[in-house]
Amino acid sequence: MYNANKVIPGIIIFILFFTAPIWLNFGRLEAIPQPELPKGEKKCVESKEYMRAYHMKLLDDWRKKAIRENQYIYINSKGEKYRISLQKTCLKCHNNREKFCDRCHNFVITHPDCWHCHFTKEEAKKWQ
Amino acid sequence: MNVGWSLLAVIVLLLIPWIGVGVLGLDSLFGIVIPYACFLVFIIGLIYKMIYWAKSPQPFKIPTTCGQQKSLSWIKHSRLESPFTTWEVVLRMFFEIVFFRSLFRNLRAELQGRRLIYGSAKWLWLGAILFHWSFFIILLRHLRLFTNPVPEIIQGLDFMDSFLQTLGVPPVYITDVLIIAGLTFLLLRRLVDPKVSYLSHGSDYFPLFLILSIAITGVLMRYAIKVDIYGVKHLTLGLVTLKPTIPDVKIGTIFYIHIFLVSVLAAYFPFSKLCHMVGVFFSPTRNMANNNRYVRHVNPWDYPVKYTTYCEWQERFRDLLEQAGLPIDDEWCKEQQQTQKTQ
Repeated sequence: MYNANKVIPGIIIFILFFTAPIWLNFGRLEAIPQPELPKGEKKCVESKEYMRAYHMKLLDDWRKKAIRENQYIYINSKGEKYRISLQKTCLKCHNNREKFCDRCHNFVITHPDCWHCHFTKEEAKKWQ
Repeated sequence: MNVGWSLLAVIVLLLIPWIGVGVLGLDSLFGIVIPYACFLVFIIGLIYKMIYWAKSPQPFKIPTTCGQQKSLSWIKHSRLESPFTTWEVVLRMFFEIVFFRSLFRNLRAELQGRRLIYGSAKWLWLGAILFHWSFFIILLRHLRLFTNPVPEIIQGLDFMDSFLQTLGVPPVYITDVLIIAGLTFLLLRRLVDPKVSYLSHGSDYFPLFLILSIAITGVLMRYAIKVDIYGVKHLTLGLVTLKPTIPDVKIGTIFYIHIFLVSVLAAYFPFSKLCHMVGVFFSPTRNMANNNRYVRHVNPWDYPVKYTTYCEWQERFRDLLEQAGLPIDDEWCKEQQQTQKTQ
């Protein structure tokens, strides 16, 4: 092999770069956080599977309906009616932002802008 | 013909996980076995390529130059276009790899009547740089699914990429738009321009279609046919911590299509034109200095030639030389012997 003094470091850099996820986790891997589900309530506005994948779409849709179309009633896939409101419908059961919302959002790194305007009850208490 | 077959190949590749996971439910085959196998092919294949290239001898110094080489001190030499030192070669390689400097010189030849006209054509450079840089950022950004906790720098990168929050939820990644724009241009260029189309093969169209379908499945998964990303990260994190598991919650088939196409791309990488990713470093027209007149390049397949020095020749014919009255240069030979000893 020619130019081994350059080729071998090159190969090492190549391997390190493409196996980076293994090294980045090494020694600092944290357990996967579990979002804390509401204790009393078993049923959300839509099915669990739908909510897991599409909740941000639903919330975006709710925002459009409430703010732009002045509609405050959501009829789900089973025909049940819910009031369109993050604070009064969603947060009624999912009342802990840190233990529910943030756990997943911080885990998968998303940057939702819900909390630019909305706030939870605990946060409101701090200000009072 | 080339286009049709490549497109057909990608469609077949799309259907394999669609049927495999959607109908047959082979989640662990498509989520664990194939990704691991293809990743190994990618790593081992490219290392094999690199060693293979490094073993081939380089008989001549053949840098491509497009500027004044280093010559007399009062002639200004072009450092990047005709590098003389290793440092200049490194700079040239850096600008080539990071900014595609040589593509920036791309020309377009056209016949206008009977005249051949050359003009600047920066579109290829723009399409290439959009595609490659977006691909690189997307690759880095995917680390958010492979690390826990995610390094700050990756979080920052993800935030910067998705800072346009006005186009809906979840926010649109800028690189998603740019990679599809870049790929579309690179594909249309081959389809529309007859001169480029003439020299495009299946091996040019196939990777374009493959990467485009990876980008499209990724985009669909983020904005339209959504999957449970919490479940996805369970799987991806399992893969990199070498404890692979298929999460309890069912992840949508589109995820398996996406990961299968990425696996195919990885396995295809070392055996296709895509290996220019490492090949660019081994390109002798780029990685050599144009200093033939200063540094002797020894051809590695030169065998030792038996030769006679002047002093040996003089010693052999000393008598004849003396008889003929020719001068004998003993002092110089002594000097030569001494310098050889000290060396």
